[in-house]
Amino acid sequence: MAVKVIIPTPLRAYAGKQESVELQAGTVGEALAALTARFSDLKKHLYADDGRLRSFVNVYVNDEDIRYLQKDQTRVREGDTISIVPSIAGGARN
Amino acid sequence: MTAATSLKINGDLLRRIQAHGVETYPHECCGALLGCDADGSREVLDLLPLANRRNDSPRNRFEVTPGDVLLAEKTARESKMELLGWYHSHPDHPARPSEFDREHAWPWYSYIIVSIDQRVPRDTTSWRLRDDRSAYDPEAIESAAHTATS
Repeated sequence: MAVKVIIPTPLRAYAGKQESVELQAGTVGEALAALTARFSDLKKHLYADDGRLRSFVNVYVNDEDIRYLQKDQTRVREGDTISIVPSIAGGARN
Repeated sequence: MTAATSLKINGDLLRRIQAHGVETYPHECCGALLGCDADGSREVLDLLPLANRRNDSPRNRFEVTPGDVLLAEKTARESKMELLGWYHSHPDHPARPSEFDREHAWPWYSYIIVSIDQRVPRDTTSWRLRDDRSAYDPEAIESAAHTATS
């Protein structure tokens, strides 16, 4: 399936300065794997060292959060749009 | 240390960030920086103050939900600006990013931190995360002459 992944502005420098990338994938996990295979510098900003998506990185298929679907096993259909949206978190003390 | 990047912002906007930190003290405040970024020249033209969604530990943590991030992007887009980054306060703590800040950041964004000491604004600093995520680099804050858009 051809799906479109919207690249958030802060990460475009690691994705050939593109606003979006079209990929072939059957699931969200496959789409993100294909994305980070094509643009390897993206990986460390999306995934923690343990291979999981960073806790502040949220992924949506069309407008639905994949946490409430089947996470990275969420099926995608032709023409779906995958969005990567951060939560912004921080604080004074470690 | 010499900052490799700089962020222009006028005094009115800086004072609004500090006032937000005083208003929410002893809790952390947070908000979005809206403006323009062209050829490496970055200027904040407006702010979008946001609610700190971290209800369990608001004295030393802040959180902007994805919904509020999308709202900030939409607000910037509608005003023909960009979402340049974020600000937050450190109540009774220096205006330096913590390890927690570093783990929850992306490069490119500017992160302004204002320290609020017993309701009094102290230092205001700006930071950018390195490409390799190893540390933040300080960003010079330059005063801009124009007037805030709101």
